[in-house]
Formats: sequence, C-alpha cells, structure tokens
Amino acid sequence: MTDTLQNPRLSRFTRFRQSRFAKFEFIAGSALTSMLALLVLFADILFPGGGTAVNLLERLSEPFQSGAHLLGTDPLGRDILARIVHGGRISLTVGLLSALGSVTLGTVIGLYAGYYRGFLDSFVMRFADVQLALPFILLAITVIAIVGPGIDRIIILMIVSQWVQYARLVRGSVLSLRQREFVQAAVSYGLPNRKIIFRHILPNAMGPLIILLTLNVANNILLESSLTFLGLGADPQTPSWGGMLSEGRSYIQTAWWITVFPGIAIMLTVLGLNLLGDWLRDELDPLGKTR
Amino acid sequence: MPVFRFILQRVFQAVLVTLAVTLFVAFAVRLTGDPAVMLTAESSSVTEEDLVRIRDALGLNQPFYAQYFDFIKSLVTFDLGNSFFRGSIRDLIGIALPSTLLLAVASMGISILISIPLGIHAALHKGGFSDQIIRVLSLVGLSFPNFWLGIMFVLLLSIAFPILPASGFETWRALILPALTIGIILTATNVRLVRTQMLETLSQQYVMVARAKGLSERSVIYKHALRNAAIAIVTFLGLQFGNLIGGLVVIELVFNWPGMGTLSIEAIAQRDYPLLQVTVSILAIMIVAVNLAVDLVYGLIDPRIRVA
Repeated sequence: MTDTLQNPRLSRFTRFRQSRFAKFEFIAGSALTSMLALLVLFADILFPGGGTAVNLLERLSEPFQSGAHLLGTDPLGRDILARIVHGGRISLTVGLLSALGSVTLGTVIGLYAGYYRGFLDSFVMRFADVQLALPFILLAITVIAIVGPGIDRIIILMIVSQWVQYARLVRGSVLSLRQREFVQAAVSYGLPNRKIIFRHILPNAMGPLIILLTLNVANNILLESSLTFLGLGADPQTPSWGGMLSEGRSYIQTAWWITVFPGIAIMLTVLGLNLLGDWLRDELDPLGKTR
Repeated sequence: MPVFRFILQRVFQAVLVTLAVTLFVAFAVRLTGDPAVMLTAESSSVTEEDLVRIRDALGLNQPFYAQYFDFIKSLVTFDLGNSFFRGSIRDLIGIALPSTLLLAVASMGISILISIPLGIHAALHKGGFSDQIIRVLSLVGLSFPNFWLGIMFVLLLSIAFPILPASGFETWRALILPALTIGIILTATNVRLVRTQMLETLSQQYVMVARAKGLSERSVIYKHALRNAAIAIVTFLGLQFGNLIGGLVVIELVFNWPGMGTLSIEAIAQRDYPLLQVTVSILAIMIVAVNLAVDLVYGLIDPRIRVA
C-alpha cells in the first residue's frame, strides 16, 4: 500500500510478480530441502557400505563415464556420489542439533531476560558484545586446540556461542509485547508470570525466531564444512563434505571432480534453506525486524 | 555533557569486552596442559629439573592472575615475547598483520564497488525482473562456503586458464584471487543491505519533498537518498568486520596468504600456544576497535543513536 503511494514505479503488476517470486522461493526451497532430507534418510539403502568401500583398480575415474560411478571416484577408488550422500548426514546433524539447542536455550533466557530485566538482562547484552568480538571460527580454533577436533564439540561450541542471537531477538520482542494490552490484561487478571511468558508472549514472538532458526541451520552447515576443511571438525575416516573438499585439494590439478561436487552439494543444501528463510521472512516478518 | 558521557560509556564497554575476550583466550590456553611437557615432548632425555627450569623461564609458576596481568601488559606494550618454535612473536605479527589488513581492505573495496551500484539499482526497481535476479544471485552467494569459491577460482583461473597465481605474496597479482573471493562473499550480504537501506530512505518524507520540488530523479537518488542511506550502510559495513576476519582465516589458508589466519592455524598445528594466544587476541581487539569506531562516529553524526 504505502509502497505504491511513495514509489511511483511500483505497479499492481510488480506486486503480482513479487508474490510469484515468493511462490518460487517456497517451491524451490522446500524441493531442495526435502530432496536432501530424503537422500540422507535413505543413504544406507541407496548406497550401502557408507561410501567407504576402497577399490584401487578404479581410483580417480572421471565422472559421467560409467553408471557405477556417476560422479567419479577419489584417489582410493571410493564413489564420490555415495560419499556425498553419506556426508550429508554430518552436515544435517550439525546444522539441526546446533540450531535446535541454541534456539531452546536462547529463547528461554531471552524470555526471562526481557520479562524480568535486571541482572540476567545485562548479562545477555554484555555476552552479545563479547560474542560479536570473537568470530566463531576464531573461537573454534582456540577451543579445538584444547579439546581436540570432533563433531560433538563443534555442536556444543555452536550452542554456547549462538544462543545469544536468539536471546537478544526474543528479548527485543518481549520488551515491546509487554506494553501490549493483551499482556497487560493477563497481568491484571492475576495469571502467574510463567503462564504469561509461555502462553501469551512466546506465541507472539515466534515469527522472527523461526526465520532465524532456518538461516542458522544454513549458516552452521557452512561453518561445519569450513571447520572440517581446516581439520578441526569431523573425523577424516567418516565421509563429510568439508573433509572431501580438503582431501580433494591436493588433487585439484588432475581430478577436479573430487572438489567440485561436494561443494555443489553444500551449495544446494544451504541455498534450499536460505530460500525457505527468505520466503518465511516475507511471510512472517513484513516489517523486517530480522533483516 | 551528554556527548562526553556517550563516548566514555562506549569506550568503557569496549575495554570491558576486550578484557573478557583476552581473559577467555588466556584461560583457555592455560587449560591445554603443561607447556613445559609439550615443549619437550620430542626429546627423550628430559629431567624433572629441566621441566622446572622451563616453567620458571615461562613464568608458569606464578598464579593465573599474575600470568594474565603479564599477558595484558605484553599486549599493551607490544613486547610479545617468543613463540615456542619460531622466535619473536612481534616479528611474526609484523609480517602477518599488514598482509591480513591488505587483504581485508582490498576485499572490502571490491565488495563496496559491486554492492552499492547493484543495491541502488535493485531498490529503484523493487519487485522488477532485475531486482529478483539480484536477490537470487545474492542468495546463491550466501550459500556456498567461501573457501570453496576460492578453490573454484583457482581451478578456473590458475589451472584451466592460467592467468593468475593461485598462491604466494610476491606480486600484486597474487592478491587478486583471494581478495575477489572474499569480496564476492561479502557482496552477497552487502547488496541486500544497500537495497534495504535505500528503500527505507526512499520512503522518507524528505525524498517525497525533493521529488515534489521537481528535482531530477538523478539528484533525488544520489544527493538526497544515497547520502542519508550512506551513514547506516557504513555502520553495517563496520559491524561486518568480524565476519570478514572470520572468513579471512580460512581463505588465507587456501591461498597460502601469509596473514594472521594462516599464522593461527599453523600455531594450532604446532601447539604453539603463546603464539596462538596473541594472534587470536589481536584479531579480537581489532574487531572491538572497529566496532567502537563505527559506534562513536555514528553516534556523533546522528544524535538519535546516543540515547540507546
């Protein structure tokens, strides 16, 4: 409405196109994401053996040459496609578990911090300052140097560092929701604080949370691949996208397919989640709080 | 003196954050175990007296707070001591820090050159075909790991068509690929930022007034809208500095760029904890300093910010 008033270039036609674009984002995003989820879920049926079967006779065979190894093989003759499908497990596990852990912890703390203010509130804000000063890669480098590499550590570290994003977002919503009539009414009605927080405030703060959650899963998949690439993440024995990229790097001169395909797998996965996140943002947060 | 109070408050906060980060790093490094044992792990004929002497020399007998105080003092005076295996830390930083800064500035420059025109274009054609193309491209740009883009550039421009060097530091041409990689990754975020900010400014009443006065569209966009959007854009670019540093760490490794990221990763590989503690702290302090500078400048230009 306001757009058409102030920007003469926005016609009814462009608004129609915008909604078509949103539909495209939703369809493409959910298609990519569900395709990946299915592949990972049925990885053992589609590619039995976990992508670890070594076959030195077929080492470094080129992609699209035979039906047996559609995307080629690596220096040990292992099938790239099978390793990609199995490697998706690590990416999805890290992405989902870390984001779910952070959203739970962050939401609870954010709700209480915004509702009661006080010490908890200033702690959240100061912690956010510190988190901003220490990019996740640096934090991971420091901590992994001590505790050693591993997927479990990466997940815990992501939760420890990222809960505050959610806490800050929720805190902001709570601060404004507290002033609204329906919350004031619940207070004067004598409802216990816990019920006000979880029944009246939380449902109204969900929109931005879901958007952040989607983008957080996407981002953590990228972070995990970076850390594994640096040798700080998944164990080199199990197939993982970051690990495949780091193995492929030494063969970049002769065997491009080892490095190209896992990267495309990461891109399609993260793109799917980003498209969904973008679509959700238009649907749930038209005012752009999470931008 | 509200301005004075505002400055003081922000500086105090920044100092507090710096102390918290360095405390965390120093504490984490102490948790790794006895450096004396790690240092001598290679040699077989180490006596207990040798270990005691090493601990004495490294100051490890002192309580933690005294060690932390020494660490802070060494950072402030830039008298950084020695690494385990590679000599003076100050000399190592003296090479690594400028090369990281060079890469950071170059990639930020590339990103600004691409994202400002594209962002303005997208805002002016909101909902149009080119806006949607830019939006999809920026989503794609946000969707791959930065180091993979780097490797793809190497594959394309150093191996398939050998135009540019894939690694090294000797010529300025070696700067192009790493800077382009990070620049493009940053652009994916920045385009959206410029677009949103421009849209917000274009919907302000002073832009309507400028249009109503009959000014040319060119003058409305560049003189009235862009100038006002610029303040917020610069601030966000500053706040993005942390992401930039995080991205640099991995990219430096891919291109063998002799910067702070490569130095940190090497320090982990060699378990060189005095060096690691300094590199991580210096990067964090840089981020705090940039954020503080942006905060102060923004607050001084735009008085509305000071209240919050």
